[in-house]
Amino acid sequence: MAKIAIFDYGAGNLFSLKSALERNGAESVEIIYDLKELPKYDGLVLPGVGNFDPAIKSIEGSAQHLDKAIDSGMPVMGICLGMEMLFDKSEEGKMEGLRILDGDVVMLPKGKVKIPHMGWNNLQIKGDSRFLKGVRDGSWVYFVHSYRTVPRQRKIVVATSDYGVSVPAVIERDNLIGVQFHPEKSGDVGSIMIRNFLKICDSEST
Amino acid sequence: MLAKRIIPCLDVDNGRVVKGVHFAEVKDAGDPVELAKKYSEQGADELVFLDITASQQGRDTMKSVVRKVASVIDIPFTVGGGIKKLEDARDILLSGADKVSINTAAVKNPELITRLMEIFGKQCVVVAIDAKRNYDTVKGKTIFKDNNGKKYWFEVRIYGGKEGTGVDAIKWAREVESRGAGEILLTSIDADGTENGYDIELTNAICKSVRVPVIASGGCGEASHMLDVFKKADVDAALAASIFHYEKSTVDKVKRYLKRSGIRIRL
Repeated sequence: MAKIAIFDYGAGNLFSLKSALERNGAESVEIIYDLKELPKYDGLVLPGVGNFDPAIKSIEGSAQHLDKAIDSGMPVMGICLGMEMLFDKSEEGKMEGLRILDGDVVMLPKGKVKIPHMGWNNLQIKGDSRFLKGVRDGSWVYFVHSYRTVPRQRKIVVATSDYGVSVPAVIERDNLIGVQFHPEKSGDVGSIMIRNFLKICDSEST
Repeated sequence: MLAKRIIPCLDVDNGRVVKGVHFAEVKDAGDPVELAKKYSEQGADELVFLDITASQQGRDTMKSVVRKVASVIDIPFTVGGGIKKLEDARDILLSGADKVSINTAAVKNPELITRLMEIFGKQCVVVAIDAKRNYDTVKGKTIFKDNNGKKYWFEVRIYGGKEGTGVDAIKWAREVESRGAGEILLTSIDADGTENGYDIELTNAICKSVRVPVIASGGCGEASHMLDVFKKADVDAALAASIFHYEKSTVDKVKRYLKRSGIRIRL
């Protein structure tokens, strides 16, 4: 049973994410404001609500603890903005990203598609993934975002979705998982993924 | 590419779901948390709650409804109705809603759209536009003509449709987009409650004017009305209430019908 921390940037709804983790079997879910508390937990979720610069501002003071946790193998799931922050920089903001993953975050193709990309879209599963275990290719998940990541290492992209351009939907590098959509809002399919994440946290805690 | 969304709408008055006709007479239609759960299990893509409670006490009831809904369902939901200021929106979002929908407050204070967008992000900000044909044609409005050559324009109405604003709905849609709305929930007051189908003319005109997602609302009496609006307008979602509340149909039946008819639907 995994103890999960959700980092709060101070911008919006964390309650449904917390509820989803609890419904799917987390032992406890706590909201934290400082990453130095990370060693107390089995896994971290960086949520997907807010704006790039304010979110970076709220996290940069304790970011070295995140680097340390990831290096030590702690499972981390970044959702939407929570994933975008892991990259070098984003067109959404002026500040530097956390630089944990190589690559940039750019706006979706304006003019070609409506922005934000809001609603249910299919996943094209590209590679082996513990996070996507039991998830069928073509499954529907709920997206709401205006930016997409462009990871320098393409092989970390394990699923994509098509929205005028191929959007990296799931990235996985060891125990670091990034999702562009919202598993906590993606019905039964999302629940499978959340349980997979909790399993990864369980296996690391033993 | 995206699926077209089917969104059941629940009007909530003092913690109970009700359904009105033409923004007037209301009938009791059930418990919001139970209905939310039922619709989500039937495959609803999203839910919209409109709080039509007038009292402050009722507003606090709504917060607890939002919390309960957020703890049981795993699809996105929007809450609107009576959000006057930033704090109201924050309360609702922190109670577990994914998006807030603002209507009268946006017209009275358009700056609110921008403020909300800056703090919570575009994706949280839905601007609801209630529009009605106005046959008193004046200069500067986007003029339409019916089959008999009668001219009119679409006027934005506020306070649940009770008060006109003199604002052109087409222009207003463009303005809310530029101010940072992430989505437009468009209700035709002429069509609402009639169950004769969506207002294709209005919906089409708004969809052609903006590049944010648009939800069509008002007038749905059967699944074929949804098919019609998806075929004739570049709309992203169709919202309906009565066809689901009174068990005329279910969300999964409607979705299967739409899929068979060639619409991209999540099943």
